[in-house]
Amino acid sequence: MGSPILFGMAEVGYFIAMMVYIGYFIFKNNATGVCATTVATAAFLSQTVALLLRWVESYSLGIGRAPLTNLYESLIFFVWCLMLGYLIIEFKYKNRTFGAFVTPIAGLALGFIDLTGISKEIEPLVPALQSNWLLAHVTMSFIAYAAFAIAFATGMLYLVLNTEKRNESSYIFWTVAGSIFLLVIAAMGADYLKFKVIGTSPEHIKSYLFRATFRSDSGFTALLSWIGALAITFSVWRYGYVLKRMIQSFGISLEFLEDLNYKLIAVGFPIFTLGGLIFGAIWADQAWGVYWSWDPKETWSLITWFVYAFYLHARYLRGWRGNKIAVLSSVGFITVIFTYLGVNMFLSGLHSYGGS
Amino acid sequence: MADTNIEKKKTIVEKIWKFFTSVKLAVVLFAFIALSSIIGTVIEQDSRPEKNIKLFTKMFGADNAQKAYKTAASLGLIDMYHSWWFNAMLVLISANLIICSVDRLPRIKRIVDEPVKPLETPEFDKFGIKKELTLECGMEDAKTKTLAALKKLGFSPNTHQSGKDIQIYAHKGRFTRYAVYVIHFSIVIILLGAVIGMTWGFSGFLILPEGETSAVAYTRQGDEHPLGFSIRCDDFAIWFYGTSDMPEKYLSWLSVIEGGVTVLKKTIGVNTPLKYKGFTFYQSSYGAVPAKEAKSLIILNITPINGKTEQISLPVGDSFKIPDTKLTGKVIAFSPALAFDKDEKPYTYTENMNNPAIYVEFNAGGNEKYSGWLVKRYPQTWDLPDGSKVELVDNWGYQYTGLQVRKDPGVLVVYAGCLFMTIGLYCAFFLSHKKIWVLLQPEKAKVKINIAAFTNKNKTGYEGRVTAVFNGAFNGAFNGLTPKISK
Ligand code: HEM
Repeated sequence: MGSPILFGMAEVGYFIAMMVYIGYFIFKNNATGVCATTVATAAFLSQTVALLLRWVESYSLGIGRAPLTNLYESLIFFVWCLMLGYLIIEFKYKNRTFGAFVTPIAGLALGFIDLTGISKEIEPLVPALQSNWLLAHVTMSFIAYAAFAIAFATGMLYLVLNTEKRNESSYIFWTVAGSIFLLVIAAMGADYLKFKVIGTSPEHIKSYLFRATFRSDSGFTALLSWIGALAITFSVWRYGYVLKRMIQSFGISLEFLEDLNYKLIAVGFPIFTLGGLIFGAIWADQAWGVYWSWDPKETWSLITWFVYAFYLHARYLRGWRGNKIAVLSSVGFITVIFTYLGVNMFLSGLHSYGGS
Repeated sequence: MADTNIEKKKTIVEKIWKFFTSVKLAVVLFAFIALSSIIGTVIEQDSRPEKNIKLFTKMFGADNAQKAYKTAASLGLIDMYHSWWFNAMLVLISANLIICSVDRLPRIKRIVDEPVKPLETPEFDKFGIKKELTLECGMEDAKTKTLAALKKLGFSPNTHQSGKDIQIYAHKGRFTRYAVYVIHFSIVIILLGAVIGMTWGFSGFLILPEGETSAVAYTRQGDEHPLGFSIRCDDFAIWFYGTSDMPEKYLSWLSVIEGGVTVLKKTIGVNTPLKYKGFTFYQSSYGAVPAKEAKSLIILNITPINGKTEQISLPVGDSFKIPDTKLTGKVIAFSPALAFDKDEKPYTYTENMNNPAIYVEFNAGGNEKYSGWLVKRYPQTWDLPDGSKVELVDNWGYQYTGLQVRKDPGVLVVYAGCLFMTIGLYCAFFLSHKKIWVLLQPEKAKVKINIAAFTNKNKTGYEGRVTAVFNGAFNGAFNGLTPKISK
C-alpha cells in the first residue's frame, strides 16, 4: 500500500470523524462519542504510517528527504500535529466536546489541498531548501500552529458558552467567525461534490476552490451563494443560543477552557518564536544572506507574533480574562491562517510555497 | 530661582518618563509597525520603480500613477525600512521597553530578594495549594520523609523548630521572575544589531564569470564598493536532478587573493557561504556569459580503444587528435542547452547550462568520417563508431556565478539577542517561582501534616507534582485528598 492510499484513507477518516463528533455533539450519546474517537484515532494512525511511507518513498525515488517541504506536505503535517494534539487533550481531560470544533479545522486544511490542486508529488528540493534549519523551522512552526488552532477551538467554544445578548460584540464575533468557517467548509463540500464526485471537472481549471459556489462561472449561482451565505450568517447570529444550549448540557467549565486556551498559547508562543521566527531567520541568513527581508510571509509571521504577544500582555498586565481574551486567541489563529494561506494566494515573496 | 528651575525640569523628565512607562504606547507603536509593514508587503520595497508604478496604475488609474508614486516615495513608502520614521519607531520601541522595564524592576527585585520565612500557623490557610493530613507515625520519621520529598521536588529545604512543632520550608526559581526582562532586553539587542548592520554594513552583489577576478562588489544601485582584497571564480558547476531541468545543486570554486597571493580557497554552495574579513559571499544565482566575452574552453576526456584516458581542453573551433588513430575531431559548435525540435533540428532552449553539448566533426586523412552531438548528460552519445570514446566533461568560461555579498557587523549581535530571547522564553514559560512550607505538629502518637505551597505559574501542574511526590514519600497517604481550590 502506498502513501497516497493511506493519506486518502486518513482524509476520509477525518471527514467521517468530523461528522461523528458533530453527531455526538448533537445527540450526546456516549457510544457515538467512542465511535468518533475510534475513527479519529484510526485516521491518525493511517496518516502516521502514510507520513513515514512518504519519507521512505522519497528515498526510493533518490530524493531522500523529510516530507515537510512544500505546501502539500506542510498542510498534511499541520493536520497531523493538530490531531495528535487534540487526541492527547481528549485522553488527558476525558473531554470530547471540542472534537466537533477541531476536526473541521483538519477538514478545512485537507479540503483546501484537494480543491486548489496543490501538487502532491514528491518533488526534489531546489538547493536553497536543502537545509536542516529549514526543516527545524517548518516542523516547529507547524507544531505551534497546531497549538494555536486548538486554542482557537477552545476560544470559540468559550465564546459560545459565555455570550448571551445578540448585540454583544463577542457574540457577534463568534457567530460571524463561526459562520465564515461553516460556509467555507460547506462551499468546499459543494466543490467536492460537483467536481470530484459528480465529476464535471473542467480540464483547464487548476483550482476548484469555491468554483461551485462563490466563484461559479454562472453569475446567478455566485449571486445566490452570496445571498445564501448572508442568510446563513444571519441565522447563526439569530439562533446562536441553540448551539449554546447544546454545549451547556456537557457541563464543561469555563475555567477549564480558559486555562487550556492559555496553556496552549503558552506552549505555542515560545515554539513559534524559536522555530518560526528565529530558525527561519537563521535559515534565510545562510541561504540568502539576509536574516530578515520583510517579505510578506515574514511580515505576517511577525504580525501573528505581535497578536499573541498582545494576548500575553493583556492577560498579565491588564488582567484580561473571559471573552476578550478568547476573542484575542481566535484573532491570533485567523492571522495564522492568513500568514499561511492568504499570503500564498494574495502576495508574492521568496517563500517557495508560493509557487504551488 | 534655581530651585524652581530644577523642579520644572524634573516634571518634564518625569512626564517623558511616564510617557515611556506606558504599555499603551507599546501597543500603539506595535500596531503602527504592523500596519506599515502590511503596506510594505503590498508596495514592493526597494524594487525597480516600474513594478510599483504598475501597481499604482491598477489602484489609481494611469493618470494618477506617477503622482501617487512620487507621493509614496516622498513619504518613504517605497523604501520604508530605511526611512527615518520607521527607524524612529524602532528607537521609540526600544526606549519604551527599556524605560518600562527599569520602572518595574525595583518591584520585581523586592519579590526576588524576599527571603522565605516560616509561616504562622493560621497563614497556612491562605494558600491556593494546601493539604492537611494526620498520620500515624513519629515526628522524626515524618521529618525525614518530608525533607526527602522536598529534595525530590528540587528544593533545598530549611528547618525551623518552635516548641514541638517543626516547620520545613523552601523556595526556588525566584530568578525566573527576571525572565520577562530578558525577553524585552533581547528585543532591544536585536534592534541594536539591526541598526549596526544598516549603519556599518554593506549589502550588494557580484557577478563573476569563470576565471575572472574582482576587487570590488556592487551596490544595488550599481556603485562599486571596494572589498580590500580580490576574489576569483575558478570554476562554476551545476547539477540537475536526473535528466530534468530542476537544479539539484550548484557550486562555485572561489579563491581569495590578497597582495597577489591566494590566501583562501573555498567551494561554496547555496547553504554554505564563504566568509573573509567581515564579508560573506553567498551563492545566489548563475547564468551564461555572453559568448563574445568568453575566453572559454571545452574539457574532454578522450579514451581510444584499449588506450588510456587523457584529458584535454580546447576552445570551440579547434581540433584534437585521438591518440593511436588517424582520427581528428573538430569542435564546430557549442550549445549550453541542446534540444531537438519536431523536425529533428537542434536548438538551444535556454542560455543556462542545462544540457551542454558540442557538435564535433571527425576526420581521418582529410575525409570526413562522421559527425554528431556529444551531450554531457547522455553518456551514450560519447561512443564513436570506431570504439573510442570522447566524453564531454565540462565547459569552462561560459558561465558566471552570481554572488550576494554582505558585510554585517550586527549579525552576531542579532544572534546574541535571539539566544537571550530563547533563554528568556524558556524561563518565562516553562519555569516558575515556587515556594513550599510543611508544618509538622505532634498529636499524641500521630503527626499532623500541613502543607502550603505557592507558584506564580501553572498551579494545577505544581499541585499535582507536590501531591505525587508526597504520596511517594508517605506511601500514598495523600491520595484521597482532593485539591481544595480557593482564591
Ligand atoms: C515596547 C514594548 C513592550 C513593553 C513596554 C512590554 C512590557 C511588558 C511588561 C511591563 C510586562 C510584565 C512584566 C512583569 O511581570 O513585571 C511584560 C511581560 C511580557 N512581555 Fe512584554 N512588553 C513589550 C514588548 C514585548 C514583546 C514584543 C514581546 C515578545 C513577543 C514581549 C514578551 C513578553 C512576555 C512573554 C511577557 C510575560 C508575560 C507572561 O508573564 O506570561 N513583550 N511586557
